[in-house]
Amino acid sequence: MRKIVLAAAAAFVLSSPVMAAEEIKPMKRTWTFDGVFGKFDKQQLQRGFQVYKEVCASCHSVQYLAFRNLQDIGYSEDQVKVIAAEYQVQDGPDENGDMFDRPGRASDRIPKPFANEQLARASNGGALPPDLSLMTKAREDGPNYVFSLMMGYTEPPKGFEILPGMSYNTYFPGHQIGMPQQITDDRVTYADGTKASAEQIASDVTAFLHWAAEPKLEVRHATGIRVVLFALLFTVLAFFYKRRLWARLEKH
Amino acid sequence: MTEKSRLLKAWEWHEQRLPIGHWLDHSLGSKYPAPKNLNYWWNFGSLALFMLVLMIITGVFLAMNYTAHTSMAFDSVERIMRDVNNGWLIRYMHANGASFFFIVVYIHIFRGLYYGSYKPPREVLWWMGVIIYLLMMATAFMGYVLPWGQMSFWGATVITNLFSAIPGVGDAIVTLLWGGFSVDNPTLNRFFALHYLLPFVIVGVVVLHVWALHIPGSNNPLGIEAAPADKIPFFPYYYAKDAVGLGVFLVVMFAVVFWLPNAMGHPLNYEKANPLVTPPHIVPEWYYLPFYAILRAIPDKLLGVIAMFGSILILFVLPWLDRHPVRSATFRPIFKIFFWVFLANGIMLGWCGSQLAEGLPLILSRVGTFWYFFHFIVLLPLLSWVETPKPLPASISQPVLSPAMKPAE
Repeated sequence: MRKIVLAAAAAFVLSSPVMAAEEIKPMKRTWTFDGVFGKFDKQQLQRGFQVYKEVCASCHSVQYLAFRNLQDIGYSEDQVKVIAAEYQVQDGPDENGDMFDRPGRASDRIPKPFANEQLARASNGGALPPDLSLMTKAREDGPNYVFSLMMGYTEPPKGFEILPGMSYNTYFPGHQIGMPQQITDDRVTYADGTKASAEQIASDVTAFLHWAAEPKLEVRHATGIRVVLFALLFTVLAFFYKRRLWARLEKH
Repeated sequence: MTEKSRLLKAWEWHEQRLPIGHWLDHSLGSKYPAPKNLNYWWNFGSLALFMLVLMIITGVFLAMNYTAHTSMAFDSVERIMRDVNNGWLIRYMHANGASFFFIVVYIHIFRGLYYGSYKPPREVLWWMGVIIYLLMMATAFMGYVLPWGQMSFWGATVITNLFSAIPGVGDAIVTLLWGGFSVDNPTLNRFFALHYLLPFVIVGVVVLHVWALHIPGSNNPLGIEAAPADKIPFFPYYYAKDAVGLGVFLVVMFAVVFWLPNAMGHPLNYEKANPLVTPPHIVPEWYYLPFYAILRAIPDKLLGVIAMFGSILILFVLPWLDRHPVRSATFRPIFKIFFWVFLANGIMLGWCGSQLAEGLPLILSRVGTFWYFFHFIVLLPLLSWVETPKPLPASISQPVLSPAMKPAE
């Protein structure tokens, strides 16, 4: 019992993201969604969803994602229905006043692994696995941080004391993280045949989570290009109009 | 009778009964004569008006989809970002718009400081500006609370707690602000109500600001009175000039809205407010940072609060602290140096405000706070007394420097 309380206290304190005395910069990676024309790679997002489903989903929710959103990453309407139907979703009450389980529908949110925070903590040694649907925006340099965290598990340096149930992570503030290492080579077998190196898995799931956090990124970039070009054109026209108009004044 | 002249007649009929066109033309149109030498720094007044309108329009649409309840506010914002048509665009314009509104207004204020636009006969015009600025700070603070993220909640907790420093009535005021005994649902509700109300109060004070501007007319880069011959109609000349500045401004603002929409926000505000988890480092939005630094520079809570509010309220008496007869810094070489020192000091204070209040940032924020007040209370009165200005031009169209035209001393 005492152990659980201690671990819970540690997880509570250490889960604060800006706790670290020294600041560790995450590894820098290039992402397909970087830059002015940045886009998501749908194939990668689908692999990332597979990683989420097979590795992360047993502890972490993505509460703002509905199954229907998966159409954005290249699944057809029918495929989404099939994916949703793999889940059981609580519905009700029915005409007898009872709650009942039914297969998921496209309009359902992706179900959370735990019914409530207390159950989540009780199942994870007192630590609360955070919801991931905004994680890449809720951390400084989010995508790089999430990727680095996945890849950041090492042996602790000599003399570094690890609390029971905790793991050492280079990039986690305070270095003690409640989540054990998850991403290793061949942790998943990709449906599309891509070789599942740890780096590949970490980068795929990060891309998926960034899409989950910022699903409108592509339309934002595309709209931005048109809006900024329009503003530039407006500026040029305004400049020449202003010059012609003001030339009148100098004649006097 | 042609269609056009019939329309024109109808318009004239209406103008005789309610001369709104006449009124607009005199306020912001061809009947408002402006000095012909206004430079692009004068663009930021109309830009501020543009931002105010943009914020109100985007804000009204956000309010249609926002739920002011602690259990739903955060989720309703995410729904705006994901499911409301173009909601992401409206919210990013509003959130970044707040920052750009402050950028514009800070430039507008510093333009006034540089060219002495607060000096007689424009003191009341200046007052209205300071009131608008104060209202903006209150509005922006309450707006930042609405998404109910971690920084929303803890920022609200820290800032509202400041009022508890007031002797005697402090705690009562804080309870009133909270609507209870902690930042909670009643707080969120009243902040939403006030966040919707205050922008329209700002519109009202902007009308007074523009009204007060029309009594003496615009100041200008030379800071001397503009003769009627040196004035040109505001419309179309400054509409055309302001359009150029607006275009450049929009390019910059949209680049941020579309590519760096979260750069000026705090990542932790994408975590739902949690009264049980205090972030180790609570920072306000960037536009408050210099004042936050002043607050924390002083070890005593009450004195810190007084210094923080005093640093803005002192602007009200600025016209009487700087009594130098020459307005424009162009002709005041010493004042000009200290203007830039003051600006640099403000930026340094802003940096200090973003750091933990310890070590070097704390020392610098104390130096910066001292300098801030020293500038207003000692330096400006002293300079009004001792600074010899450069010779002033006779008029705007004759910028010939004649030694005979020195101002009366």
